[in-house]
Amino acid sequence: MIPQTLQDNPVLERWVSFPSAGKVRVAFGKVEYGQGVVTALAQIAAEELDVAMGQLIVINAASGAVPNEGMTVGSMSIETSGASVRAASAEVRALFVAEAARRLGCAAEELDIRDGSFLKGGKASGLDYWTLAPDVDLKQAPKGEARWKTPDRHRVVGTSQPRSDLPSKVFGGGFIQDIPLKDITHARVLRQPGYKATVKSFDEAAVRKAAGSEIEIIRDGAFIAFLSKSERAVSLAVSAAEQRVQWDDARAGQPELSEPAALKALPATPWEGGAPPPEPSNRRQHKASYGRPFIAHGSMGPSHGVARFADGVLTVWTHAQGVYPIRGVLARVTGLAPEAIQVEHAQGAGCYGHNGSDDAACDAAAIAMRCPGETIRVQWRREDEFGYEPLGTAMQIDVSGEIDASGRLVDFSTEIWSGPHIGRGYALVEAALAPGTPPPPPMTMPGFSGGRLNATPSYDIAATRVKENVITPPVRTSSLRGLGGPMNVYACESFIDELAVIAGTDPLAYRLSMASDPRARAVIERLGALSQWDRRGAGGNGEGLGMAYSRHRDRGAYVGVAVALSVDTDVRLKEMWCVADCGLIINPDGARNQIEGGMIMAASWALKEQVKLGGSGIASTMWDDYPILRFPEVPPVSVELIAQPNERPFGTGEISSGPAMAAIANAVAHALGARIRDMPFTRERIAAALLAS
Amino acid sequence: MVTRSNEAEEHLVREIKLHVNGVAKVVTADERETLLDVLRNRLGLTGPRFGCGAEQCGTCSVLINGEDKPSCAVEIGTLQGKSIVTVEGIGTPEKPHPLQTAFLEKQAGQCGYCLSGILIAAKALLDRKPSPTRAEIADALAWHLCRCGAHNRILDAVALAASRMKVPA
Repeated sequence: MIPQTLQDNPVLERWVSFPSAGKVRVAFGKVEYGQGVVTALAQIAAEELDVAMGQLIVINAASGAVPNEGMTVGSMSIETSGASVRAASAEVRALFVAEAARRLGCAAEELDIRDGSFLKGGKASGLDYWTLAPDVDLKQAPKGEARWKTPDRHRVVGTSQPRSDLPSKVFGGGFIQDIPLKDITHARVLRQPGYKATVKSFDEAAVRKAAGSEIEIIRDGAFIAFLSKSERAVSLAVSAAEQRVQWDDARAGQPELSEPAALKALPATPWEGGAPPPEPSNRRQHKASYGRPFIAHGSMGPSHGVARFADGVLTVWTHAQGVYPIRGVLARVTGLAPEAIQVEHAQGAGCYGHNGSDDAACDAAAIAMRCPGETIRVQWRREDEFGYEPLGTAMQIDVSGEIDASGRLVDFSTEIWSGPHIGRGYALVEAALAPGTPPPPPMTMPGFSGGRLNATPSYDIAATRVKENVITPPVRTSSLRGLGGPMNVYACESFIDELAVIAGTDPLAYRLSMASDPRARAVIERLGALSQWDRRGAGGNGEGLGMAYSRHRDRGAYVGVAVALSVDTDVRLKEMWCVADCGLIINPDGARNQIEGGMIMAASWALKEQVKLGGSGIASTMWDDYPILRFPEVPPVSVELIAQPNERPFGTGEISSGPAMAAIANAVAHALGARIRDMPFTRERIAAALLAS
Repeated sequence: MVTRSNEAEEHLVREIKLHVNGVAKVVTADERETLLDVLRNRLGLTGPRFGCGAEQCGTCSVLINGEDKPSCAVEIGTLQGKSIVTVEGIGTPEKPHPLQTAFLEKQAGQCGYCLSGILIAAKALLDRKPSPTRAEIADALAWHLCRCGAHNRILDAVALAASRMKVPA
């Protein structure tokens, strides 16, 4: 079967070609944002083509130049794009082998390839991809017949390869902000405080004065932008403008919704699925509620967009998560046909989902259309990024379960309150520009909004049911690493630990008793050995060891995390371990890097992070208002991968965060002898849990 | 030379003499322009990165007379005669600093946006303390944020570079 994105882009030449001697051009529609995907996909191509990594030229994602593979999201790139790259490369290889066999008068099976040169019976045949290229038509569609390599023949896949994007970044370059474009016009945008806000008054003269040197001001509806050749001038202008503008119908912040339990009072669109309601029984029941507040992506670099409109063509440089999907939004913003918009990907700081990237690109495009011939560079400020990026939504989860006489969980229900985890599709600037377009209503069922991923524990449970209430959030929300999955895993795996206590069973043994999948069991057992689980004490003395396990999205990687920590006034992480079975691993070090990064980010979520609502939406607009885990607070982390070269490859980027949060919660409960169910685990919550116990 | 850049507000344009990455530079700029803007926009040094503009994240760090300092809020007018080192000044692809080599070897980074500032902080640390412990490295980097969670690799890379930079006994 031909993989989906290869079916969607069915010309082999679009994926692989041989433009110059010794070099292989490979292209795919996924983009790099520090997760190492470009390197891993290149490894797959090198493997199936039997060329060296150094022979590859990976085409930077740009509309027209690369296959359209949508967004780079959901830990899905290796599974989806990887399958297409693998299949396309195998097809190309087979076409060349057939041509070589024809020329050499031998069977295809007699040929092998090393670094692009064809060997016959182990000896050089004098042929290579480049000598054969003129006689092989790559303008054809894949037939789905080529067999890809079996893992025993892998030479590149499964070896750790250094990330191709990292060197430039340690020498001071590598990012969209660093593109050496000539004669830049710097721009800043005064953000509209909510999509209904209109300008009541604006003191342009005062802003011009504050800018210090000449600036141009663009005003269109509620859209106000400042342009200058001096970056300082536009920085000063936008700061002054915030003081010199008055809005009508500005959004009123809702600080009371900063705590997730408040979501329950909001109107919601419900969805229900799973087993029918449980029959009355005399089994023991347990109920618990878990909460996570709104959290920020917190990219280290505020969003950035560059655009230039000349000769009827709009060129946009963006760090968005895909070069094709954003063209539709840009077309709406500019009134241009999508074909008149060229989108070039350039790397931004890690985004971990949908941050301000798309909006900054649209800002730049809207300005560029009004200044033909100028290269417009829009830099968001830190307060713009924290204040206007779409957030990871708050979630509140009520769980109940029934255990049988042996303590085993036999009936599980969860009710989730969540804003949408998918919020793409319109740009802030669309609402601001006259006549103003209100954003579409949030996506609700029957569509997928991301809140039900991993809604139930990853064990054998006779009956499970899920109710999801998709609320309309007070501020924009969209995708953040794992969508609803990590929070659901946190709730489920905290709950499982609570049940183990009720059942009087060791939490690790309790999980094993409900896990029949041998791959799940292998992960849990190995995690026990790695974390020296058998040394785990009775707890309650301030020292905790906790663990959690889940299967990513119920169909991907098997992941277990254990955490050792101590608690006095605060939680101090001492060590974290992860064991993961991700199927076939393409780049082991790259996978480990993603998994450990996911664990540390999740630790930061669990211990520290909470967006404060207020002002005209979001009140926490600087790092001082939004603390994250710092170097002295980060524990040593070890990640062990269970090799499964004969299994399908699974993505790794978002698989560890749910188990990591839950393992921390479980270790804290072990240390305190009392459970904290609402994140973040602040000093106040620790004190409250101790008082209540 | 002192001129009024704009009659509306008194912004003084001055000639400021600096040593940037070991080279003498004369910058003619509004004395209140930030060092970060001068480095990026006037001197073409993109290593220092804009992260917050408020000295809270560390992405814009440079060495000012050998100390790890944020460049985003330092006015250029205060730096007359000072020595500035950016990440470009500690090593190049052709002649990398042992820290840069170690960071690549350990793949110590994901998105990499924080790395310029962290390399600068690590350089400042090793210059004054050649054999730091893990805790000392972490403390030196404490005000530098990394969002991707590459902290352990970064700590390992700094320790590796330190071990290699020690003069053999």
